[in-house]
Amino acid sequence: MAKAETRVRIKNARKVFGSVEALRDVSFDVQQGQVVLVIGPSGSGKSTLLRCVNRLETLTSGEIWIDNDSVTDPHGDIRKIREEVGMVFQDFNLFPHLTARDNITLAPRTVKHLPKDQANPRARELLKRVGLADKEDAYPRHLSGGQQQRVAIARALAMDPKVMLFDEPTSALDPEMIKEVLDVMLDLAKEGMTMLVVSHEMGFARAAADTVVFMDEGRVIESAAPSELFDNAGHERTRKFLKHIL
Amino acid sequence: MAEIDSSNAKKQSITVSDGMLIPDRAEKNLFSAWRISFFGAIFLLILLPIISPSPYRDIMRFIPDGVLRTFQVTVISIVIALVIGLITGLGRISRNSVINRTATVYVEVIRGIPLLVQLFYIYYALGTLVQVPRVTAAIIAMSVCYGAYMGEIFRAGISSIPKGQMEAALALGMTRRQALGKVILPQTVRTILPPVGNEFIALLKDSSLVSILAVSDLLRRGREYASTSFEYFESYTVVALVYLVITLFFSKLVAIMEDRLGQSGN
Repeated sequence: MAKAETRVRIKNARKVFGSVEALRDVSFDVQQGQVVLVIGPSGSGKSTLLRCVNRLETLTSGEIWIDNDSVTDPHGDIRKIREEVGMVFQDFNLFPHLTARDNITLAPRTVKHLPKDQANPRARELLKRVGLADKEDAYPRHLSGGQQQRVAIARALAMDPKVMLFDEPTSALDPEMIKEVLDVMLDLAKEGMTMLVVSHEMGFARAAADTVVFMDEGRVIESAAPSELFDNAGHERTRKFLKHIL
Repeated sequence: MAEIDSSNAKKQSITVSDGMLIPDRAEKNLFSAWRISFFGAIFLLILLPIISPSPYRDIMRFIPDGVLRTFQVTVISIVIALVIGLITGLGRISRNSVINRTATVYVEVIRGIPLLVQLFYIYYALGTLVQVPRVTAAIIAMSVCYGAYMGEIFRAGISSIPKGQMEAALALGMTRRQALGKVILPQTVRTILPPVGNEFIALLKDSSLVSILAVSDLLRRGREYASTSFEYFESYTVVALVYLVITLFFSKLVAIMEDRLGQSGN
């Protein structure tokens, strides 16, 4: 009868870039083990929102918590919070001067001071998990986009995060590589990882998402379970948008 | 006319580096400018003492000390300049306004004063306060001057790394310092190696200025020989040829390095 734990809490988030209001009063929660998918037209603020969750961008006003730690408190230790929040980027952002293995072990070794003989086997295990056991010594430039993104996911997992953020993880990929990345994400979702995902992959949404949040012009227009939202959207704007991508 | 000029000025920029004419890959034929200059200079340096042993053989015996001194000043200065440059480059991208301002002022001041004046200033002007040996003064002046230029190279190198690299490192829980040390700087090295090589060549040539402080470098040794033997033409011919051989040798090295980095880069 354990009550669901709130992992991510976003409350009245507002972000202004110069004269542009990227986020206007966004509030929602992500519970432990939930997969929340954020969709919306480009410029709707979804990526900005994600980047505020680990404070790569700072909110203009409003609050964000990871568990009981405030991300938005300027005196809080954001670095400590980031250890627990993995992030996967649209352009992978692998470190090009390091092998796949060293990409994965860098943070555990420098941040958590994990010795090499523990970090390396762990990296091997993670690479196996994302289906790249044979690519340990490969440099990013010798990997395909899909393979790079899977290494990036393994790299984020190496810090044992409580929450994973995905910022359009398949947008930079060729169509035939999208599936291999989504499969890894599906596995993660099945294992109970808490995930906040910005993506338009509707197949993934139906298969894994608990909630789909539709954003437009910096606002949450509506949020619902995927089947409900896709087949029975409450707002005209949502229906219009979905017509374009379904 | 003025309108045409201003519109053209926006579109075009001409960069002339201080480095030597570096042979590009297209210039593979036997008679490239580099080959003609390099082997021509070596040929003359061998031929002249044979056809005219006096004074060329004597000059060739007199000069090697100066070559060593030139290398000593150049190598020590470039190493110190690299350290100063790294600190300055990091200062120039620092978000701390005091550090940032200090680094920027240093670069502006040093770049605005001719190296020869800096040499005089450190040896003679500051010499009234603290007396330092000539060679030390020369090395300090060269390092401080080239440190400013190196700072700009480091800054440009660090800025050329995509923003996502820093973000990825921070998102993993690394501090900015860890990210710089483990992610940004290792990638910077490969981009700044060629410009640093060019600075090395430029510094090697500029090191001839230290002869003005009576440091017995290559130029000074030639001058010493000339002033006792009155064989100015012959002495300075050898000095010029030796500089040319050294500079062309290193410019080739830099070009090869650039090529290799270009091939293995992503």
